[in-house]
Amino acid sequence: MSGTFVGMPAFPKAAHEAVRDTTLRANLKHATHTIRDKRARAVAELDDWAQLREAGKQIKDHTLRHLEHYLVQLEESVTAAGGVVHWARDAAEANRIVTELVRETGESEVVKVKSMATQEIGLNEHLEAEDIRAYETDLAELIVQLGKDRPSHILVPAIHRNRGEIRDIFRREMGSWGRPAPEGLTESPAELAEAARLHLREKFLRAKVGISGANFMVAENGTLVVVESEGNGRMCLTLPETLISVVGIEKIVPTWQDLEVFLQTLPRSSTAERMNPYTSTWTGTTDADGPQAFHLVLIDNGRTDALADEVGRQALRCIRCSACLNVCPVYERAGGHAYGSVYPGPIGAILSPQLRGTASEIDASLPYASSLCGACYEVCPVAIDIPEVLVHLRERVVEGGEATQRGTRVTLQPAKGHAVERAAMRAARWAFTHPAALGAGQRLAARTRRLHPRSLPGPGRAWSATRDLPRFPAESFRDWWQRTNGGKDTAK
Amino acid sequence: MSSRDVILGRVRQALGAEPAGPPAGPPAAPAAYGTGIDRGYLRRHGERTAEETVELLAENLTDYRAIVHRCWGTGEELADLLMRLLAERGAGSVLVPPELPPHWLAGVDATRVHDRAVSTPGELDRVDSVVTGCAVAVAETGTIVLDGSPDQGRRRITLIPDHHIVVVRAPGQVVSSVPEALGRLDPTRPLTWISGPSATSDIELDRVEGVHGPRVLEVVLCQDSR
Ligand code: SF4
Repeated sequence: MSGTFVGMPAFPKAAHEAVRDTTLRANLKHATHTIRDKRARAVAELDDWAQLREAGKQIKDHTLRHLEHYLVQLEESVTAAGGVVHWARDAAEANRIVTELVRETGESEVVKVKSMATQEIGLNEHLEAEDIRAYETDLAELIVQLGKDRPSHILVPAIHRNRGEIRDIFRREMGSWGRPAPEGLTESPAELAEAARLHLREKFLRAKVGISGANFMVAENGTLVVVESEGNGRMCLTLPETLISVVGIEKIVPTWQDLEVFLQTLPRSSTAERMNPYTSTWTGTTDADGPQAFHLVLIDNGRTDALADEVGRQALRCIRCSACLNVCPVYERAGGHAYGSVYPGPIGAILSPQLRGTASEIDASLPYASSLCGACYEVCPVAIDIPEVLVHLRERVVEGGEATQRGTRVTLQPAKGHAVERAAMRAARWAFTHPAALGAGQRLAARTRRLHPRSLPGPGRAWSATRDLPRFPAESFRDWWQRTNGGKDTAK
Repeated sequence: MSSRDVILGRVRQALGAEPAGPPAGPPAAPAAYGTGIDRGYLRRHGERTAEETVELLAENLTDYRAIVHRCWGTGEELADLLMRLLAERGAGSVLVPPELPPHWLAGVDATRVHDRAVSTPGELDRVDSVVTGCAVAVAETGTIVLDGSPDQGRRRITLIPDHHIVVVRAPGQVVSSVPEALGRLDPTRPLTWISGPSATSDIELDRVEGVHGPRVLEVVLCQDSR
């Protein structure tokens, strides 16, 4: 994964800086709380939510367990429907394939639908270096692109910007990318959206090449699915002559019927809507309707390494709804940039170190970017036990052990230096000054006792080599105090 | 070795240490797939009569800021309604899918623009409105699905004009839920699911209707004889 933000400090340092940025914190708090509350209401409407969640989990687990079969089946069905399938083992290869495909069309600009996969591989930067201009067409991505910024949230990447900042960016930058912002543009969201509409429309109408990701790929018939709100997705999937979709190999579902689960859980978990305004599906090419050339680039880029980890594998179930970000007390304070990856928040904390390995300081610190309060697991529509994976990865960072890197089994050494312990201590310090999070964390600590490292990292290693570490009690003191009414009801 | 083979090899290796259970690697047993997943979720949420289902569709469409109209039958009354709706928006031109029943637009003055493969996006951009049928509508989510059938036309004709009128035959084309809708749709067709007009919440999470797709979505729930 080439997506490490260059020069990125480890999570604790980046978070420390972000926490002092009061505008950022206010924007984030407002946003995450708003979506969080709406989501809870949207989910409560479906009384079979638990069953949908379980089915989603099982479908994804089954797919991952038989991934080879489904990848081959998908390749066959996409090809039969008129598409061309390409395989990329890493970011460099994916970028090279896409660049060549664009070159073959003779075009030097492309329109893009928001896609985590293309961000992960740094496609825009690569295309720019090859003199191909890639226009982001999702409003938030446009704000990020024009502001020469980085996305900070999976779903609303410009969540860290407020309307005044957005207006300034539009006024300053739109002109050098195409149609300038209208005279006298104010900060009203409706006017800002209108400015984006006008700015992008000329690009949509002339675009010959579109680049997208996909939320799902159906193995049995080769259908790809994009879920969106603004219609920029429909534009990019419909008007260009050539469509290139760059998708991670884990995005497969076996059957058309499986979409009935995810098209119910994804919109409610992400935008807290019963259904997002637009969903487009396409199966290869269709005569005279939509792009007449379709390329699917399947990327590995560390996914098979995650697949090789029996605990960590569950991160590949993720459908990128971002619900876990919105409930995470650490994300709410630190913001998305502190995670140093296109995948921020709890999912980023378990996905990035698996895709990229834990060699860098930032990746080694990510498993500590959590208070282990468990809220992310509760909201996850595919029931990824994020705390379990975090604890597992912490163990790997401090103790080393078996892992797979670029398809090769390796034995990792315990992390050198003290960055990790420092990270742990900072996280602990934060938690201790936030009693509610601490309470939740202790409760989880009790539940995950079997996962705790049995020896201390770094200098403590020799000491713990001959002694047992004290185990977490089955129940935290706070819980005991509450349950027993301050020790008065000890009989219970 | 090709990247394809490398990736498939890595997948196989990654799953090699799989504990006992369903056989890993190819051939997976897709036969077991149908029964292997616990689909204990509901096919639809709650029991409703056909009328109540249409009612719920109307409610959820309105909730997502689509404008809902009722109409008894697809004859003269529908033609009158469409004439009025297009006139109210001042539509000078209207896009017409190849097999939209001709009498629907019998009273309409606006210039008819036909859905032709050769027309450029720029030409479509100059058209004011579009009128289509639909494939299916989902009551629980307030969703209309288009499948490119001849009464709906190519995907782009419902995308570029700023005003879209969809005629839904009720109750025949209305289902309760997403699972029911998927069962009715042909996956090999390009599908567009529409729930309310285009919208964004990217600026401080304030919902703004109408970014790139049509900013006005009107849905005519038309009583059919079924
Ligand atoms: S981990 Fe779960 S909650 Fe988080 S983005 Fe992925 S699917 Fe959503």
